[in-house]
Amino acid sequence: MNIEESKDFLVSTTSLKEVRVFSREVFEKLKLEQDLKDELVLAIAEAAQNIVKHGYKGVENTTDRMQIKISMKDSELEIGFFDKGKAVVPGNVQHRKLDDIKPGGLGTFFIKQIMDAAVFKKDEKGWVNHLVLTKKIN
Amino acid sequence: MTYKVTEEGNVSTVFLNGEIDMDVTEKAKEVILPLVESGKEVHLNLKDVSYMDSSGISVLIESHQKALENNTKVIVKEVSKSVLKVIMMAKLEQILNLE
Repeated sequence: MNIEESKDFLVSTTSLKEVRVFSREVFEKLKLEQDLKDELVLAIAEAAQNIVKHGYKGVENTTDRMQIKISMKDSELEIGFFDKGKAVVPGNVQHRKLDDIKPGGLGTFFIKQIMDAAVFKKDEKGWVNHLVLTKKIN
Repeated sequence: MTYKVTEEGNVSTVFLNGEIDMDVTEKAKEVILPLVESGKEVHLNLKDVSYMDSSGISVLIESHQKALENNTKVIVKEVSKSVLKVIMMAKLEQILNLE
């Protein structure tokens, strides 16, 4: 089944639940198995959280919106994140070492564990950052 | 997220309910950390937590570490399947006290 759905959200921690609801609804249509759905929702929520937490660090009560686009074509799942926060330097996006036990730094690790690839693309008109997560769905 | 706290002797049990994400971690910490800092043994019951992300995991780590500082312990109990999966993904099942 091929699908393409997108939705925009206020850049705020209060939107994270809405992001999960949207993601679950799309994956429900794709009839993915529950464990896979849970993992994908976690990856999407972590990426959205990174926008709120890092892309808008120090910015309070923004009215900016972020957009999430989920598409599936020929068993290739692609999830795009568009935002107008601080420009991400891809080389600086790193998770903490797992044996360095401390709060924080796990979101990017979860994304990398769950998805096949996470790539920042350039030149998306009107946006500052465009993150693309992909995963082959068997 | 909602919560309920029960007390029995030196043990405080915090029953968390719902989804734990970045939006509610401060609220969760405000409930849990003072109990830990008071030196009580704290049991976190997660049977009704249906979702937890890295922010929620951070609360578990911070609670665990704060307990060590205060010579007490935090025991994470009745972890739901979905939360256990995230704990294991973070390779914390040997670090946190799970029951």
